[in-house]
Amino acid sequence: MLRRTETPLAVETYLRAQETKDLLRFITCGSVDDGKSTLIGRLLYESKMLFEDQLAALERDSRRVGTQGGKLDFALLVDGLAAEREQGITIDVAYRTFTTDKRKFIVADTPGHEQYTRNMATGASTAELAVILIDARKGVLTQTRRHSFIVSLLGIRSIVLAVNKMDLMGYAEEVFHAIEADYRAFATELGLADICCIPLSALNGDNIVHRSTSMPWYQGPALLSHLETVPLRQGPGAETFRMPVQWVNRPNQTFRGFAGTIVSGTASVGADIRILPSGRTSRISRIVTRDADLAEAVAGQSVTVTLCDEVDVSRGDVICTADQPLAVADQFESHVLWMDNSPMLPHRPYIIKLGACSLQGALSQPKYKVNVNTLEHVAAKTLELNEIGVCNLELDRHVPFAPYAEARELGGFIIIDRFTNNTVGMGIIHFALRRSTNVHWQALDVDKRARAGKAGQKPCVLWFTGLSGSGKSTIANLVERKLHSHGHMTYLLDGDNIRHGLNKDLGFTAADRVENIRRVAEVAKLMADAGLIVLVSFISPYRSERLLARELMDKGEFLEIFVDTPLEVCEQRDPKGLYKKARAGEIKNFTGIDSAYERPEKPELTIDTTRCSPAQSAGIISEFLESNGHLSPPPR
Amino acid sequence: MVRRKLTHLEALESESIHIMREVVAECSRPVMLYSIGKDSAVMLHLALKAFYPAKLPFPLLHVDTRWKFREMIEFRDRMARTHGFELIVYTNPEGVERSIGPFTHGSALHTQIMKTEALKQALDHYGFDAAFGGARRDEEKSRAKERIFSFRDSRHHWDPKNQRPELWSLYNARINKGESIRVFPLSNWTELDVWQYILQEQIEIVPLYFAAERPVVNRGGQLIMVDDDRMPLLPDERPEQRLVRFRTLGCYPLTGAIPSAAASLLEIIEEMLTTTSSERQGRVIDHDQAASMEKKKQEGYF
Ligand SMILES: Nc1nc2c(ncn2[C@@H]2O[C@H](COP(=O)(O)OP(=O)(O)O)[C@@H](O)[C@H]2O)c(=O)[nH]1
Repeated sequence: MLRRTETPLAVETYLRAQETKDLLRFITCGSVDDGKSTLIGRLLYESKMLFEDQLAALERDSRRVGTQGGKLDFALLVDGLAAEREQGITIDVAYRTFTTDKRKFIVADTPGHEQYTRNMATGASTAELAVILIDARKGVLTQTRRHSFIVSLLGIRSIVLAVNKMDLMGYAEEVFHAIEADYRAFATELGLADICCIPLSALNGDNIVHRSTSMPWYQGPALLSHLETVPLRQGPGAETFRMPVQWVNRPNQTFRGFAGTIVSGTASVGADIRILPSGRTSRISRIVTRDADLAEAVAGQSVTVTLCDEVDVSRGDVICTADQPLAVADQFESHVLWMDNSPMLPHRPYIIKLGACSLQGALSQPKYKVNVNTLEHVAAKTLELNEIGVCNLELDRHVPFAPYAEARELGGFIIIDRFTNNTVGMGIIHFALRRSTNVHWQALDVDKRARAGKAGQKPCVLWFTGLSGSGKSTIANLVERKLHSHGHMTYLLDGDNIRHGLNKDLGFTAADRVENIRRVAEVAKLMADAGLIVLVSFISPYRSERLLARELMDKGEFLEIFVDTPLEVCEQRDPKGLYKKARAGEIKNFTGIDSAYERPEKPELTIDTTRCSPAQSAGIISEFLESNGHLSPPPR
Repeated sequence: MVRRKLTHLEALESESIHIMREVVAECSRPVMLYSIGKDSAVMLHLALKAFYPAKLPFPLLHVDTRWKFREMIEFRDRMARTHGFELIVYTNPEGVERSIGPFTHGSALHTQIMKTEALKQALDHYGFDAAFGGARRDEEKSRAKERIFSFRDSRHHWDPKNQRPELWSLYNARINKGESIRVFPLSNWTELDVWQYILQEQIEIVPLYFAAERPVVNRGGQLIMVDDDRMPLLPDERPEQRLVRFRTLGCYPLTGAIPSAAASLLEIIEEMLTTTSSERQGRVIDHDQAASMEKKKQEGYF
């Protein structure tokens, strides 16, 4: 900070110095009571980022609610939410800025508790360095391992191990060295090499700004000087130009610009570029800004480029150096961190956001999940909140990507639920599975239309959904009998029957229900392709999976029939005695009892079985088929 | 080859532009909340850059409490003419009907009805699904915890304990009908960054930020400018001409001036660097407890 006596000339000099400063984003991780808030508060205080009124408030609060017997309680500076102050813990990531003579800093202060792993990952995703706090009395703990693992997973390579509360251990050298040795041994396993261990007392200010006189045996830098001088990241592949297209700028017929942030390399006018995934090539004709056109733009800049040729480019495409294009694939191996209260369901379609692409994708059953405390690999069928596992990611089309280790912007993705729209997970791509380029769809000569024409019908899938006992099977049976007697080719897939054969390996957990439906949907698709009218009678309780089935079929081919019978009525009918067993607790995960049924929002047909007989219901459905042209051959 | 590295202002600018483009690409009806202050000026400038040569692909919304400084309104209308953006001015009709004002109804009720309620009404009325705001994380403790894309339920409420995780620069702008998001492109800027950027880019700001002789009264330690004749003076109050400026702008009865001779950007920055109090001190509404802003935000205040 300046002193009041200085002149505007000094201000200009000061501002010029500010201009050339670079920015370090780092994250602090520690468990409750390790002294993290105190450390950050101390950094803000020491770098003189506090105004007098804030200091006055701090003094007042320290006296009122402080834990330091009236001395300044730096922790109060950083616990922002009322709930946090009440509970004395940090819940969410807080971002704070401070400046020293050498650098600007943005600190992501993250909670350390296992239940906040997702918040920690949020903070780590934009950080280049991690300060991992350890209580000198406790040494390397389970949480230290967890924090280090998450940090390494998110690609942070530079670690500061801050061994805090040295004052409580008499500033003893042996204590520090034992902890350091312990940590280094563990960190090497994670592939973390760039580690700086510093003994501290955040409370007393030892080794924060200045080397402490209490620990003359320590020869390394104080925390702040290390943060000021640690080299900033230069990612590998930094020379190659890559820019995801974020927005197409089309103000009029003559201008067509592609706006985006350059991820790596340099854009220069005249450079040969390639557009992915299409693979088309062109050259950069202009780099447009509101001030003036540029000859060149570098990584980190948000620009608008125009191309020499009229090529098709849309949001989500990546423009890159022509002769060093990115790889393009649709199946990947990835680490996934689950962030939602409802568990990840393998094969359920989610929205995947990768670069500037939002597309549909699904995750496989985890190959394993990682016990974040021991790093052991554990078998898993799904991932629960805050669990990390390795899964295959399958996208519904090919996209340009880079492994996360090469470019965070092209290898990190988020997972969004299609109904709640919440961000339910995040993942990082390690590599593409070779499969994705090897399996090509075989174009066959005799096609669906030819087969259906022979049978005199337009194939479709009648998807009956509803509670157990609602009447799905009864009605579906009647419909099939009717169609058959009129000479149509049909097939009825019944939930119970399929579970005895194709799906006999599946149970009734949410994950298994998803897989159950996925397989049936695929089978129904093949049958429709064979020209049949397919009747599917499955409870299919989740909207997502019914949507999955719908999207597998051609347009107009999927007819969702909601057999809408109230639970009480189904339970009264209870033809198989299942409700009784479920109520008695003998059957777990029974739809309507202890497992949800999500009502269809826009079914093609809704059948109210409390008003019509099964025969009437079947009549309604066959009339619907008739009037939609399914019962006559498709037009040539 | 030595690669040129971005200066930190360039890095901040680029991040903000990226955020704005993301909103325009993903949301169907965005709007920019334009409060006419310096942060809004920077936000507008960034938006003009982000979408150049196209015109702004969204309107600007000013929630007019009818108690803003007159110079702010003049400035607002001049900016709209200069840059040719679509300007929507909204005032809570219920507040007009009941003649709500800070002098007659107190600052809390005035802010509640004319600002918080009015904003919600305007967003609902026009069906905006995303609204840019100029708030920065360095302003206040609960803001430090807010995401850049901040989700609001259909009642415009913010749930601080249940925020969407926000990773890398991958923002989730998806919402269901009736829900909305507030987007803060200046989240990572500090007050100094804002001033430095205004200086570097020569961005025009409301003259009230610069020192001038203005008629003020000292009320409870705050220097309140007598901007029009709606201000009832107490028996012993007499407006005096003093050399003052404003560090933050809002409703004139609720915005304290500071004595200052800083009449240029450089002088303002110098004053800022040597000052001993934080920016929000001039805002009357923040003077309650520390958690007040968090509470207001939960209720839908920006
Ligand atoms: N009243 C009436 N009862 C029906 C109707 N459909 C089915 N039921 C009866 O409800 C019971 C359960 O039907 P079922 O087809 O086994 O149900 P699913 O478990 O959904 O396949 C049977 O006793 C049916 O006779 C209907 O449309 N109306």
